[in-house]
Amino acid sequence: MENMNQETTKGLGIHARRTIAYVVLAIVTFFCLFWFYVLFINATRSNGELQAGFSALPSNNLIKNWTNLVNGTLPIWSGLLNSLIVATASAALCVYFSTMTAYAIHAYEFKAKRFIYPFILMIMMIPTQVTALGFVQLVSKMKLEDSFIPLIIPSIAAPVTFFYMKQYMESSLPLSLIEAARIDGSGEFRTFNTIVLPLMKPAIAVQAIFTFVSSWNNYFTPALILHDDKKKTLPILIAQLRSADWLKFDMGQVYVMIAFSIFPVIVVYLILSKHIVQGVALGSVKG
Amino acid sequence: MKGKAVRYNKWGYIFLMPFIIVYVVFQLIPMVTTIYNSFFENYMSGLNQIGPNFVGFDNYVSLFSSGDIWIYAKNTMILWIMCFIPQILLSLLLGAWFSDVRLKLKGARFFKTVIYLPNLIMASAFSMLFFTLFSDGGPINSILMQIGIIDTPYKFLSNVGSTRGLIAFMNCLMWFGNTTILLMAGMMGIDTSLFEAAEVDGATSTQVFFQITLPLLRPILVYVMITSLIGGLQLFDVPQILTNGTGDPMRSTMTLIMFLNKHLYSKNYGMAGALSVVLFIITGILSLVIFKVTGNDKRKG
Repeated sequence: MENMNQETTKGLGIHARRTIAYVVLAIVTFFCLFWFYVLFINATRSNGELQAGFSALPSNNLIKNWTNLVNGTLPIWSGLLNSLIVATASAALCVYFSTMTAYAIHAYEFKAKRFIYPFILMIMMIPTQVTALGFVQLVSKMKLEDSFIPLIIPSIAAPVTFFYMKQYMESSLPLSLIEAARIDGSGEFRTFNTIVLPLMKPAIAVQAIFTFVSSWNNYFTPALILHDDKKKTLPILIAQLRSADWLKFDMGQVYVMIAFSIFPVIVVYLILSKHIVQGVALGSVKG
Repeated sequence: MKGKAVRYNKWGYIFLMPFIIVYVVFQLIPMVTTIYNSFFENYMSGLNQIGPNFVGFDNYVSLFSSGDIWIYAKNTMILWIMCFIPQILLSLLLGAWFSDVRLKLKGARFFKTVIYLPNLIMASAFSMLFFTLFSDGGPINSILMQIGIIDTPYKFLSNVGSTRGLIAFMNCLMWFGNTTILLMAGMMGIDTSLFEAAEVDGATSTQVFFQITLPLLRPILVYVMITSLIGGLQLFDVPQILTNGTGDPMRSTMTLIMFLNKHLYSKNYGMAGALSVVLFIITGILSLVIFKVTGNDKRKG
């Protein structure tokens, strides 16, 4: 790929290079969006139409597929509700307490800081899967199976979010401001809630979205904890759909179900995309 | 004055409390019990519970001698490499284009939005989508037959190459946008006077890329590569849903975490523990490398 680039750029002027860039970007865009287009089209077609082969134009069975799905065996509404509860609560707790942790490290000088901060950075990369065994045992000992608590509470200790908040504070939370609040007689906890949190709003928004999305999409841990049909979140229902004898399934329903899990996130993303893309760049290490 | 500072600083501990308590309960204790479990024989044989009996390092010995772990480690590495190489090349190319001031690409925001989109999609739903799209009677086969590339449906999920290819392709699609944005942020951070000087000296954009951009980007490249490797070791959702947990064809797409998941479901806690500890050590070493490459700068900053 790079050789190709080399050959074409050496002799070619800026216009030719620009054309090549646009062509490659168009192809990449196609590969990013094509699947969602097919998903949308297929969600509007009936099982019979789907068996007959692919068509690039939508049909008119979207609502029928949807009512069939809702009246079927999969508990869609409770799945949606459960996913919403878990993701919203995780995102809220995660950003609030990660900001608090970052504030503790950023604004105070205390002995343990010297090793706690590097420690949090060290554990940042440890995947949740490697402690899943102990986690599942703990949850069953605490009798918290089929409960959302073990999916929500752990998000309070999120090293990645903490690190992002810490980085953001370094650039936009001057310590003099906290000093001024103290002189005005504001308590430390009140200072945090009424002065620090509002200043952190942009970072909080970005991280709330990321935490919400990753919790919404999470499959591994919820699948180990939630067994009751009424408690299952959307990713577990999708996996159930996959292990069902899908040949007997009404494919229109399958596509609507997938669309139902994907499109809410896409809509939110398109509304907030500017902040999200900037947020990813901000979170990177400064080389 | 000094007394006052001390009084404030106890709030450092108070504000750290929630993090520390939750971390200890939900991550540290599980980690300790996971390691503890790895030294015990503890599984279900039919309906009989065997153990827990202390067996020392026996679980580790049987884990490595059974050979399965090597197959799954190889699968995981192959899938990661198949995903990472095209991903990094594409990301470097796109990153260089987006950050090139002379090129002045229009619609950069639109393209960035589009390439980041797949990263936010639920991996299990995306895999289910690909499973239906690439099934024998699915839309992709239907399209390929309509335009006359093939006469009979191609069985994407019955061939090792195409199944692995699909998994790698999906992961690449989900992560190249993220990598592009990270690399681009790094490229934007390079002192523009370097590029101007190179331009004055008559360097082509290819020379600029290989002589200036790439060497200065090395810390970020290492960071991207190792985080991607750690992510690659965790590969689970996509192959699990795509193959319904079987890792077929012929266990060629069974990853390490799928193997762990199998032990967790069959309640073979001894083996699950040993496997977790092995994965923990590998990610621990990789994290240390990141910490060495980037951590020092962070603490200063």
